[in-house]
Amino acid sequence: MSEPIIQIRNLRKYFGHVHAVNGVSLDVMFGEVLMVIGPSGSGKSTLLRCINELEKPTTGTIIVDGMDTTAKGFDVNQLRAEVGMVFQSFNLFPHLTVLQNILLAQRVVRKRDEKEAESISRDLLEKVGIPEKADVYPSQLSGGQQQRVAIARALAMQPKIMLFDEPTSALDPEMIKEVLDVMLDLAREGMTMVVVSHEMGFARAAARRVVFMDNGVIVEEAAPDVLFTNPSHERTKLFLSKILH
Amino acid sequence: MIDEEQTDFEERRTLSDFLREVPWWGVIVAGVGIYVLISMLTNVLYIEAFKAILPGIRITLEVTFLAYLLALILGLIAGMLRVSRNPVLYALGTLYVEVIRGLPMLVIILYAGFVIGPAIRDATHKVVDLPMLSRAIVGLGIGYGAYLAEVYRAGIESVHGGQMEAARSLGMSYLEAMRFVILPQAIRRVLPPLGNNFIALLKDTSLVSVVAIPDLLQMGRLFISRTFRAFEGYNSVAVLYLLMTFLLSALVRYVERRWRIP
Ligand SMILES: Nc1ncnc2c1ncn2[C@@H]1O[C@H](COP(=O)(O)OP(=O)(O)OP(=O)(O)O)[C@@H](O)[C@H]1O
Ligand SMILES: [Mg+2]
Repeated sequence: MSEPIIQIRNLRKYFGHVHAVNGVSLDVMFGEVLMVIGPSGSGKSTLLRCINELEKPTTGTIIVDGMDTTAKGFDVNQLRAEVGMVFQSFNLFPHLTVLQNILLAQRVVRKRDEKEAESISRDLLEKVGIPEKADVYPSQLSGGQQQRVAIARALAMQPKIMLFDEPTSALDPEMIKEVLDVMLDLAREGMTMVVVSHEMGFARAAARRVVFMDNGVIVEEAAPDVLFTNPSHERTKLFLSKILH
Repeated sequence: MIDEEQTDFEERRTLSDFLREVPWWGVIVAGVGIYVLISMLTNVLYIEAFKAILPGIRITLEVTFLAYLLALILGLIAGMLRVSRNPVLYALGTLYVEVIRGLPMLVIILYAGFVIGPAIRDATHKVVDLPMLSRAIVGLGIGYGAYLAEVYRAGIESVHGGQMEAARSLGMSYLEAMRFVILPQAIRRVLPPLGNNFIALLKDTSLVSVVAIPDLLQMGRLFISRTFRAFEGYNSVAVLYLLMTFLLSALVRYVERRWRIP
C-alpha cells in the first residue's frame, strides 16, 4: 500500500486559453481507490484522460507503474493496455456482440488465441452478472448492463489501474446500484481505481481519499467522511451544499 | 395457445414486412420491361441487333467490377488520408480528391489511355505496357476513387469520437482502431452512397467507348454504322443498360439489408 503506482507532478493541460488542468500533483497508491469530485468544467475528466494519454499534457510529468508517460518516444499503447478506462457514455462497439466487444482487444492487442480469450470473456461476463447476454448486441441492453459490459471489456486486458469517468451519471437511478456493486467488488479485490463520480455512498464504502477539484486545481483532499461532513474550504462547502440539495 | 398466437403474429409481421420491402415501382418497371423484351425478342430486327451487341455486356461488366474494386481501394486510402491529422497526408488526400473531381470523367479516361498509359510504357522500356482496356479501367477507377474518398470520409466522421477513444484506451493503435472499430461502422452507414456510385459507374463505363473499347455502347454503335438501324440499335443498348442497372440496384439493396447493424 505504500508504493505510488501513479505519480503526477505539476500537471498542466491547456486547450487554447482554457486552463483545464492548472498545476496538479497527486499520488495514487497501489490498490487504492481515489475519488475525484468537483463542479462541471473543473478539469476532472481532463486529469483522468491525461493519465492514459487520451489527452497529451501541456507540461508536467506522469509516471504510471514506473513508466514515464511524458517521456519522448514513449509507447502509449503499452501504457493503455495497463490502464483500463470506463466512460460515462459506455462507448461499446455497436457492430459487435457483447462477447465480441470483450474479445476484440484481447485478440488484437494481447494476441490471445480465440479459445483463451473467449473463456476469459465469459468469466468476466459472469463476474459482472450478465453471462446470458454474451450474444446480443449492445443496443439490446439496458444502460446498466452496457456499462457492466464496458467494465468487463476493460478488465479483459488485465489492467493494473482502472479509470472511471462518471460511470453512473448517464444511468437511470435503478441501474446505478448494479454498476456500483461491480465497482465495489473490484475495489475489494484490490484494484487500483481512480473514480470521477459524485456517488457519496460508493466513496464512503470504497475510497480512502476524496479529492475536490475546482478551476483545474486540487482544492483539498481528505478521507470521504471528513471531506463530506467537515470540509475545510469554503469552495468545497459551497459545492457540497449544491450537490446535496 | 399462447404459442400459436405468437407464431401467427410472427407470420403476419413477416408478410407485412415482405410487402413493405417489395419495391413496387421495380415490379411495374420489370413488368413493362419483360413485355418490351418479349416483343423485341420476337422481332427479327431486334434479334439481329441483340446478337451483335451482346458480347459488349461482358466487357461492360468487367470494366464496371474491376474499376469499382480499384475505386473502393483508392477511395478508402484517400478517405483515410482526408481524416488524417498529419498535414502532409491530409494534403495528399485532398490534392487527389480536388484534382480528380475537377476533371470530367471523359478527360480522365483519355488521359489514362493516351497520356499516362504510354508514359508508363516508355518509362519502363515497354516492360509495363497496359492494354487499352486496362488503361480505361484504371482511369475510371481513379476517377471514381475521388468520389468514394469523400463518401468514406463522411462515413468515418459520422462515427462518434467516443468509439476511437474506447478503442485506443484498450491499447489498439490508430490503424487497428480504424480497421476493427471505425471502418466497419462507417462503411455500413455509407452503403447507400457506395451503391449509388456503383450504379453511376456502370453507366459511366459507356465512356470507355471513346478509347475504342468494344463495350456495350461501342458494339451498338458499330451495329448501327453497319446497318443504319439506329432505332433498333439504341433501343437494344438502352434496354440492356437498364437491365444491368436494375440487377445491380437489387444487389445493392440485398447487401444493405444483410449488413445492417441490429
Ligand atoms: N477537447 C477540448 N477542447 C477544448 N476545451 C476542452 C476540451 N476538453 C475539455 N475542455 C475544457 O476544459 C475544461 C475542463 O473540462 P473537463 O471535461 O475536464 O471538466 P470536468 O470536470 O470533467 O467537467 P464535467 O463534470 O462537466 O464532466 C472545460 O472548460 C472544458 O470546456
Ligand atoms: Mg467530465
